[in-house]
Amino acid sequence: MTTTEWKQAAYVAGQAADARINVELETEGMTLNLGPQHPATHGTLRIVVRLDGEQVMWAEPVCGYMHRGYEKLTEVRTYPQVTTLINRIDWLGHFANEVPFILAAENLMGVEAPPRAQWLRTIFFEMARIANISLFLGDMGVQLGAITPVFYAFRDREYVLNLMEAVTGGRFHPNFDRIGGIKEDLPKGWIDEAKGVMKRVRHFCDEMEDLLMGNEIFQQRTRGVGVIPAAVATEYGLSGANARASGIDWDLRRDEDYPLAWKDVDFKVWTHPDGDSFARYWVRLQETREAASIIEQLLDGLPSGAIQAKVPRIIKVPAGEAWVHTENPLGEMGYYVVSKGGLGPFRCKIRTPSFNNISILPWLLRGVFVPDVITILASLYFILGDIDR
Amino acid sequence: MLALDLTAYWAVTVLKVAVVLALIPAGALILGYVFLLKMMSFMQSRLGPMEAGPGGVLQLVADGVKFLQKEDIFPDRADRRVFALAPVVVLMSTFLLYLVIPAGPRLVVQDLDTGVIFALAVSSISVIGVLMAGWASANKYALIGALRAAGQLIAYELPLVLAVVGVAMQAGTFSLQGIVKAQANGEIFGFGAIGNPFLFTQFIGFILFIVSAQAELSQTPFDMPVAESELVAGFMTEYTGFRFLFFFMGEFGTAFALAAIGATLFLGGWYLPGVHGGLADVVGPLVLGAKIMLVAFLIFWVRFSYPRLREDQLQALAWKFLIPLSLVNILATGVLKVVVK
Repeated sequence: MTTTEWKQAAYVAGQAADARINVELETEGMTLNLGPQHPATHGTLRIVVRLDGEQVMWAEPVCGYMHRGYEKLTEVRTYPQVTTLINRIDWLGHFANEVPFILAAENLMGVEAPPRAQWLRTIFFEMARIANISLFLGDMGVQLGAITPVFYAFRDREYVLNLMEAVTGGRFHPNFDRIGGIKEDLPKGWIDEAKGVMKRVRHFCDEMEDLLMGNEIFQQRTRGVGVIPAAVATEYGLSGANARASGIDWDLRRDEDYPLAWKDVDFKVWTHPDGDSFARYWVRLQETREAASIIEQLLDGLPSGAIQAKVPRIIKVPAGEAWVHTENPLGEMGYYVVSKGGLGPFRCKIRTPSFNNISILPWLLRGVFVPDVITILASLYFILGDIDR
Repeated sequence: MLALDLTAYWAVTVLKVAVVLALIPAGALILGYVFLLKMMSFMQSRLGPMEAGPGGVLQLVADGVKFLQKEDIFPDRADRRVFALAPVVVLMSTFLLYLVIPAGPRLVVQDLDTGVIFALAVSSISVIGVLMAGWASANKYALIGALRAAGQLIAYELPLVLAVVGVAMQAGTFSLQGIVKAQANGEIFGFGAIGNPFLFTQFIGFILFIVSAQAELSQTPFDMPVAESELVAGFMTEYTGFRFLFFFMGEFGTAFALAAIGATLFLGGWYLPGVHGGLADVVGPLVLGAKIMLVAFLIFWVRFSYPRLREDQLQALAWKFLIPLSLVNILATGVLKVVVK
């Protein structure tokens, strides 16, 4: 089916659901506010759903409860200060938020980080990915009623966070990326430890595959639920694993040319043809494995040398505009930085993946049942800070 | 001098009521501590409560005291009387369940001829309490949860009863005491040393019973009525304080009672090979307790490891799989009973 046909079908289904009301039993729909305080939205997203029995006729996400005005705040911060803010956009993928902004600033200044710094950036980027997605792998279980997997996720994620802490001093908000490089070099013995942790991460992935993904009830609950066809996914601007689970072979790590180390390693971009909730879980699971393998390869080939290029003490970015987007754990994250030659950005537009990813909800939630609403929300995987920023 | 005649009708009745009233919180505490607090923690690589008492044994007692101290809150638009009555109805159903479970040759509150049927019948009363709670809360989540609970419990009463029918046919009686005796006196191909626990002959029945009991208790994978990631806490959403405590005791007390019925029907109840007469009255409760823990372990093991089904999938499982299977089981039992005899 083409997109227009999908839309028509969805519209007809909605009309039919509306028409059923007040026909047989004089029933009326019930409007239910899922959120802003609800266990499934892990934050303050509010979804207004209109129900016929347990079937959703109409749904609308209401966001903005956690709006912190980061785009405006960047205008009154200097470039090095901005990383502190943007760490908190996607708070689980902490370091990954810093990289595209710093790259944009470096673009404007014409500075390039030395190779060792580039590789380390890539390593931390992928660690942020593991820290972010491993939580999803467990949390999906909680949303479907299995309470045990999430504890394994927290347990093994802790090792990755400890690694980050050993280097940066911050478990959640490393604030480590600098214009022209990174703040400090690795501590002694860190590389061996990191290799051990990557083994753990793989083990964790195997465990999740056995415990959750192989579970028959899990498959029943996720297969065929919340199917997003590729055409619709592109139309709503879905990115990251949500797009790849719909069969769109699109990964900025491979498709774009960055001064980062992805071009030096072998990795596969996993896609899944189904586009349902199960596919999204599957793709993310493979991506976690892939991230572990990327980190292992980078650790093996880590170049020596400086970690900081020569930059002036007081950073002034020349006038100009730069757009850098990267493949963050949640999807495509981009910064459009406009500089007028001052100490801070004149304007900074932040493109966050979750905002676009949840924009598909009104289309996706039509006609599903309340339990499936939760499955779909969990499988789309958004971070509230990433929606509202 | 005041002579206390303990065999008088009123004295016996008061004693029995007191014992059952003490058993409900005791059973709830044991299951809550051993499985909910400790086993779940160990499965999830954590220790669970450790501070209150040695190994945290008093944690639930402390929680109970905390619940009693809480403010008694009624939602603004709640139907106050129904709201207050609902937890009592749920607990009453649990209370009635304990009446027919034998813990020894003479240790039973009332040995009814139709004990099993009575037990399964009164266990459904809790649905009324759940519906009352959901409706009276004036909360949409509670309402959805209560309606789910009603649909689910109706669907699973049937396989539960049908699973028991096989046992009753083999034992030739509906009395729980009679079923225990039938297992104690039975023999497996002429070998009678351990009796004949119906677990072996009624294995399908046992599986059906465990699955249906799981649904009856609304535990994962059948916990849609309280599904906390969807409905916050289902029909219990608006309850706090001692009313919530009632629901909690009802849930775990019923789990204890259903595990006891499962142990009685399939594992031989209080019977321990080689123990007869007066001694059985002393050993019986301990033996039954051990068997209850075995059955409860199965129930909670599944609860802590499985995701939950969707409401329609649950109905499909009940009507398309469990009920036909239990009918086949009954048929097979009937045929074998005729052939073997």
